[in-house]
Amino acid sequence: MSGSAAATGEVVREQLLTYQDGSERLATISDREIPFPDGRLIVSRTDTAGVITHVNAAFVEMSGYSEAELIGQPHSILRHPDMPAAAFQDLWETIRAGNKWHGYVKNLRKDGACYWVYATVIANLRHGEVVGYTSVRRKPSRRRVEESARSYAAMGGAQAT
Amino acid sequence: MTLNLTVSPDFAPDRLSGWYIFNTWLARQLDTPVHLALYDDFAAQRAAIAADQVDIIYANPFDAAMLVREKGFVPLARPDGQCDEAVIAVEAASPWQCVEDLQPGIRIATTDDPHVHMMSMMMLESADLSQETVTFDACDSYVLVAKALLSGQAGAGFFLSAAFDGLSPVTRKRLRVLIRSQISVIEHVLLTGPGLGGQRQQLQSALLGMAQDTKGAGVLGSLGFDGWQPVEQEDTEFMIDLMETLAS
Repeated sequence: MSGSAAATGEVVREQLLTYQDGSERLATISDREIPFPDGRLIVSRTDTAGVITHVNAAFVEMSGYSEAELIGQPHSILRHPDMPAAAFQDLWETIRAGNKWHGYVKNLRKDGACYWVYATVIANLRHGEVVGYTSVRRKPSRRRVEESARSYAAMGGAQAT
Repeated sequence: MTLNLTVSPDFAPDRLSGWYIFNTWLARQLDTPVHLALYDDFAAQRAAIAADQVDIIYANPFDAAMLVREKGFVPLARPDGQCDEAVIAVEAASPWQCVEDLQPGIRIATTDDPHVHMMSMMMLESADLSQETVTFDACDSYVLVAKALLSGQAGAGFFLSAAFDGLSPVTRKRLRVLIRSQISVIEHVLLTGPGLGGQRQQLQSALLGMAQDTKGAGVLGSLGFDGWQPVEQEDTEFMIDLMETLAS
């Protein structure tokens, strides 16, 4: 289903998102983009299964969820359906191999709007063991966002797998 | 045995006497002679660390990573409410209004302060600028970074936020902040070397009690600190992980 919000002119659609664990969520997706706040970093940590264990204030503010709603949820709660599944497959393969992953990511807010980030994810090593992952997002260059959007559209996007 | 204390070379010059006063206070607390070794630059201090000539260090966040991960140092405390942030500034009359206005080829005045350089470079990414597309004017102090902007020698400058705010009002009025980081978790840390395990608890207790003690409060005042907060190993590990994500 799609339509336009009369007051703002933004294009809104409803889409059923299917996650890797088989769960589903009917999400409202709009084309409204929230600008990344200058000078800030969005920081989160997950356990080794990708379940959120820590978020900073910028994460809460940009995602539109409360901290209590985020902790304990899979990180894929932010996954935008325009993002191809292959990007996240590459992310997991990279960090599980012990390497740092960088990429431009379109995230989905609770209210259906989106925000683009330049994300870096690393494994948290303690006494030689991976105990989780830290993800830090910063303000992306507009040129790289536009390139990434074209590239992801060519890949066909994906349901939130 | 004399212990060696050193301080990150980016401390504010007007706090020099404060670190000597802290050194004396530390020696009394530990009932051990303590020698304050100050280095002109980060390279000289790193050489001393590599040669195991440091027992206690008030470390720059960038060096804290190396001290914890490679040299077995343990974080003890951090100054209360003193997060390290970075500022990118231009001359007040510059046509540039935001970071995204900066153009490839711009000359940037910077110091050898590694974490400030790293945070500032991170803030240039949204302008599509990188080490390859800008040139640097290496300065020995933040006052010289300001001078490079005012003389037109550089188009933009990287500052430690506290150092920018500490410039004279006249100088600050002639500069303009384009962007200021709000990262909140990158901070200087006081660490002890692996040989000080037996005295760590005693030292941490003394540090945390400083603000409540008349003499201790005076020492804190000379450093410009309100007090110390305890730092756990995991707090520093988190900061190190975060900085690792920012490194290109």
